[in-house]
Amino acid sequence: MTATGHRAKTSSQLGADVGLDDDQLRAMYRMVALARAIDERMWVLNRAGRIPFVISGQGHEGAQVGVTWALRKGHDWIAPYYRSIAMCMTFGMNARDIMLAQYARASDPSSGGRQMPGHYGDRRHNLLSVSSPVATQILHAVGIALAAKIRHTDQVALAAMGEGSSNQGDVHEALNFAAIHRLPFVFLVENNGYAISVPAAMEISVPDVAQRAAGYGIPGVVVDGSDVLACYRAALTAVERARAGEGPTLIEAKVTRLTGHSSDDQQTKYRTEEDLAAGKRSDALPHFRDQLRAAGVLTAEVEAALTDEISALVTDATDFAEAEPDPLPSSAMRWVYAEDWPSETPPPWGFGEPGHDAGPGGT
Amino acid sequence: MPTRTFIEAIRATLADEMRRDESIIVLGEDVGKKGGVFLATDGLWAEFGDDRVIDTPLTESMIVGASIGAAVNGLRPVAEIQFADFIHPAFNQIVSEAARMRYRSNNAVGLPMTIRAPYGGGVHGALYHSQSVEAFFCHVPGLKIVIPSTPYDARGLLRSSIRDDDPVLFFEHKKMYRSVRGEVPDTDYVVPLGRAAITRPGSQVTAIAYGLMAHYALEAADRVAEEGISVEVVDLRTLRPLDKETVLGSVRKTGKCLVVYEDNRFGGYGAEVAATVAEEAFDYLDGPVTRIAGPDIPGVPYNHVLEDWFMVDPAKIAAAIRKLAAY
Repeated sequence: MTATGHRAKTSSQLGADVGLDDDQLRAMYRMVALARAIDERMWVLNRAGRIPFVISGQGHEGAQVGVTWALRKGHDWIAPYYRSIAMCMTFGMNARDIMLAQYARASDPSSGGRQMPGHYGDRRHNLLSVSSPVATQILHAVGIALAAKIRHTDQVALAAMGEGSSNQGDVHEALNFAAIHRLPFVFLVENNGYAISVPAAMEISVPDVAQRAAGYGIPGVVVDGSDVLACYRAALTAVERARAGEGPTLIEAKVTRLTGHSSDDQQTKYRTEEDLAAGKRSDALPHFRDQLRAAGVLTAEVEAALTDEISALVTDATDFAEAEPDPLPSSAMRWVYAEDWPSETPPPWGFGEPGHDAGPGGT
Repeated sequence: MPTRTFIEAIRATLADEMRRDESIIVLGEDVGKKGGVFLATDGLWAEFGDDRVIDTPLTESMIVGASIGAAVNGLRPVAEIQFADFIHPAFNQIVSEAARMRYRSNNAVGLPMTIRAPYGGGVHGALYHSQSVEAFFCHVPGLKIVIPSTPYDARGLLRSSIRDDDPVLFFEHKKMYRSVRGEVPDTDYVVPLGRAAITRPGSQVTAIAYGLMAHYALEAADRVAEEGISVEVVDLRTLRPLDKETVLGSVRKTGKCLVVYEDNRFGGYGAEVAATVAEEAFDYLDGPVTRIAGPDIPGVPYNHVLEDWFMVDPAKIAAAIRKLAAY
């Protein structure tokens, strides 16, 4: 079973080559396009002053959808990162869940409005909460894989991050341990060529992060991130290997970053026109669309219906999140621990609503 | 009732808990066949095997980071950091990740995990085998910090720590491992987290301490008792959450407060206790809230003359008590 749970109906040659039917191919395309549309709306909302911060997955969606499709939803685990919108949606989060995080509402399933947008996580879908220090999550995924092995749960854990983050020491410690114990673990490096402003050549001493896998005696695979089905195939091999007890795999997807690092970054300051144009040419969304059109999987009718559906979903998610309430100050001291401790002192200003005098002694 | 050394109590409790709950694993450097450099995990590998007693590479960040993941996926890891001095490579995993996971996920993900580490000086361990690191972690909401001083408390508090649904740092003073012995019942008792103990009642001065210093404070109290000074000793046992009720109750009774800690004085854990007492028991105070703590140098020196000079001991505590009592 794959991420959609669909059974084979019609199958084009394109799908048959990777063991997917046409409904599944369309579902994958829909996910790439939906994640893109939500991401684009986030920037509009940011520029309109509705949300203070955006960090984007644009240019990464194809690799994320392709790789995630190889995992078992509701069974396997993912430790995502701040560009993992498409990955989180493929694994179960919906458009409203993503938009609630942008607005930091009380009902935001990622953090209840506590974290910056982009720090997704959803326990219901085995998506581990994202933090801002980079690469820490690889050790969490390795620990999840360790527990899966000890408990014989047949689960696979995947960690995703950028190539910039992949230089952190935690990555070395994680790959070494996962390889020693042949843990059911997949490491996805989404290499978009930049760590904020620093180009890959200044970050990594070898052409491919995947070459480093050799140092741990595990497979390191480079895959074109604009080729969704190639990403799926690479992940399927890695996941099968992991589940069979043969150990971890490093997959490096060469992707492109279509936006600045975040809404606070202007990438024209450090990237040339040619570089930006080349980036656009390796965008998975039009590639996948052309591929599916040529195979007869996407028709004008299907595309029109998809466009309408996606537009409606994005608008619904925006309106919904916009109308949801903010968290209350009285909730801010909850869940430091599983239980409240009387000795953990609230501030002298109490829990009055912002802008209102809490009165003598607070509330 | 059987008597045990401090480390025997810890070892027996680890084994008992692992027998009771098969989701508990132990991981760390040399914890397997060797049984740990202090033998705190001796025998566990033979009884529970490779899956549940894991010798790790020398990778403290991994030990903690993988424990976080294992806790997410149904296990209850008890990680050992070989010396508290070497916990710093794992600081990011403890402070940014373990401490914040429940809060940042709005209670979706809790981390039932314990990190044990031997700490403290007076053992010829020099700068990097003597550190007291509790202040770094007590500063961080989301962590619980436990430092027992008796074999009885070590057993009861280790049980509570392992069974707790939040990350607990459990620091064991290495000088006490074999030098401290006490009665430990074989029953399934627990000592709850967040509760201090009054280990000696008194009326004139409150001495607040933990770990090895809780013993030294008792010795100092004995010394000054002969001079007619009555000291009440509070053993904190859990540093965070702090048992303010017991601390403030004692100071409100005696009117004088001495906070004893082995760590560097400046910004040490005792400074927070002193501030709490000064703020919340001010009307009852009959003297300055006073700290007796380690000197502000980067570590405990190796040479025995220098080490003795560094370490807070019963004589130094007694001198501070006399001064405070006379105020």
